[in-house]
Amino acid sequence: MSSDARVTDRAVGPVSAVAGSKALGGRIRRARQAGRPGGLRKWLELSLLLTPALVLFLGFVLAPIGVAAYYSFYNWNGFGPLNDFIGLQNYHDAITGQVFQGAVVHNLIIAGLSIVVQLPLSIGLALLLNRNLRGRAFLRLIVFAPYVLSEAITAVVWLLLLQPGGAVDQALQSVGLGSLVHQWLANTSIVLYTLFVVITWKYIGFGIILLLAGLQGVPPELREVAAIDGATPWQTTRHIVLPLLGPTIRIWIFLSVIGSLQLFDLVWIMTLGGPANASSTMATYLIDHGFRRYEFGYGSAVAVILFMICFAFALIYQRFVLRRDTEGALTRIVG
Amino acid sequence: MSAAVNPIADSRVPAAPRRRGAPVAKGTPFAYLVAIIVIGVTVVPLLFVFVGGFRTTPALNADPTATSGPWVWSNYSSILGSSVFWQFLENSLLIAVIATSVAVGFGSMASFALSRYNFRLREGFYTLFTIGLLFPIGVASLPVYLLLRQIPPLMENPLGVALPEAAFSLPATVVILRPFMRAIPGELEDAAVLDGASRLGFFWRILLPLSGPALTTVAILAFVTSWNAYLLPLLVFNDQNHFTLPLGVATFQSQYSQDTARVLAFTALSMLPALAFLAIAERRIVGGLTGAVKG
Repeated sequence: MSSDARVTDRAVGPVSAVAGSKALGGRIRRARQAGRPGGLRKWLELSLLLTPALVLFLGFVLAPIGVAAYYSFYNWNGFGPLNDFIGLQNYHDAITGQVFQGAVVHNLIIAGLSIVVQLPLSIGLALLLNRNLRGRAFLRLIVFAPYVLSEAITAVVWLLLLQPGGAVDQALQSVGLGSLVHQWLANTSIVLYTLFVVITWKYIGFGIILLLAGLQGVPPELREVAAIDGATPWQTTRHIVLPLLGPTIRIWIFLSVIGSLQLFDLVWIMTLGGPANASSTMATYLIDHGFRRYEFGYGSAVAVILFMICFAFALIYQRFVLRRDTEGALTRIVG
Repeated sequence: MSAAVNPIADSRVPAAPRRRGAPVAKGTPFAYLVAIIVIGVTVVPLLFVFVGGFRTTPALNADPTATSGPWVWSNYSSILGSSVFWQFLENSLLIAVIATSVAVGFGSMASFALSRYNFRLREGFYTLFTIGLLFPIGVASLPVYLLLRQIPPLMENPLGVALPEAAFSLPATVVILRPFMRAIPGELEDAAVLDGASRLGFFWRILLPLSGPALTTVAILAFVTSWNAYLLPLLVFNDQNHFTLPLGVATFQSQYSQDTARVLAFTALSMLPALAFLAIAERRIVGGLTGAVKG
């Protein structure tokens, strides 16, 4: 959706669509509607078109959240009757529990590291690669490859590479860095950062491609003018190119934080959140309790908390950061 | 504005390279060096998996990075000869195809209603779908599982995974398709009506074919999401015969963790469909996945 589509979207609002934004269009539209058999047929068509999507959406997106919110007030292992109402106890237990708090901190560390490490790295690489390199198309293809692989496959690949005495250790030794070899996934103070490196490997290509697409929108004339005015390449990049990349960067940050908050597949397959919860995330904690230990009531409460955190972040970010970029649907809801 | 009203002239395939922004700077040796490092860091781990699949576990244990033999076919051939891998592949494909068809089918119908009909609840319904954008399936998997437990026929059933996945793809589908369908000029609809088409006829014969690029984008989004999903299949399926590829790879890895070469071969084969798909339809996929989030 380019910006002009949004312009259209706004111009043809519910009111102006009836009246017709242009006089001619309005006349035709009125004529078109007058020439139609009336309301009944329209309602039949509308219900035919809308019902399947609405039923699916209500049934599998909204209903589960409602069900989880209901279960979250009970102490329930999923098998007996649902009669042990405990109010907000589950929420209280989760929020005050050290393991869950630790998981939240891990999510925040991953999100923070993404912004501090991955973002500058992506921007730097995108700026460097935005040239007439031979084999640019090939580069794009390769860089994007890890992103289309599932997190599950990525996890297994790196699990194999990081085995003690495995390929990574061997490679480090062969270049004389044997002293760096660690128990990558078994050392509680390293494991989270090991996972972060794997996450970076998988997702950096997406950032680079996104930023390269953003750079396509920077008119070369601007650089030329800046150069004529005596700006150094660094000044041009800092004061002209980076501000123009702003919208892309802000979207990237949004996706990255939301992704970090929900992190599951990779962690679950590589460490199950261990050792000793050193790499647990909110989502691994949720599945550990809500699924593996049959604490369905408690798990539901954790699911609701996780959902609220993501929801709050999305709304706040949309409201205060993305608003100037996109007059999108979400901003309209809250704004 | 005039260009905006005509989406047919203004092809909206996202991220299609535009001449205007073509890079000006020539590649410097430094840029080439960085490019080679980036490619190396990306490719070497994948290459290790593919090549390792041709080695033997004792050789891998002795020296994981050696490039000396013995080279064997047996890891790959035994996996391709057994039904397990094909079963996972078939399950993944079935679920992804159902999820994509349902999401794109229902989503385009709803988008048509929400873009080209006037009725009172229109904006309300649209808002409902956009709120769905804030419900990622990852967060909602446990609640979906708890709900599915109440509908026993959907447990251990591909539909139990495909339908929720389709439902969670609907918001993005509607949010992408509605503005696109809206921007198709009303004159086309008038012409169709004059030629005797009903409104649904216009949708089926004219609007859908014209929405090709946007439909491709949403289909790729839905397909890739479903193909890579791990958590929901993990919760819904107990029986290994129903496992999808991501679930299958993780299970295979833990079952045969002693036989590294075999796991490498299995992982390599599991990567192939996604990599092949990317190689064939690179522009569409990169454009679809980045364009969809760029908004």
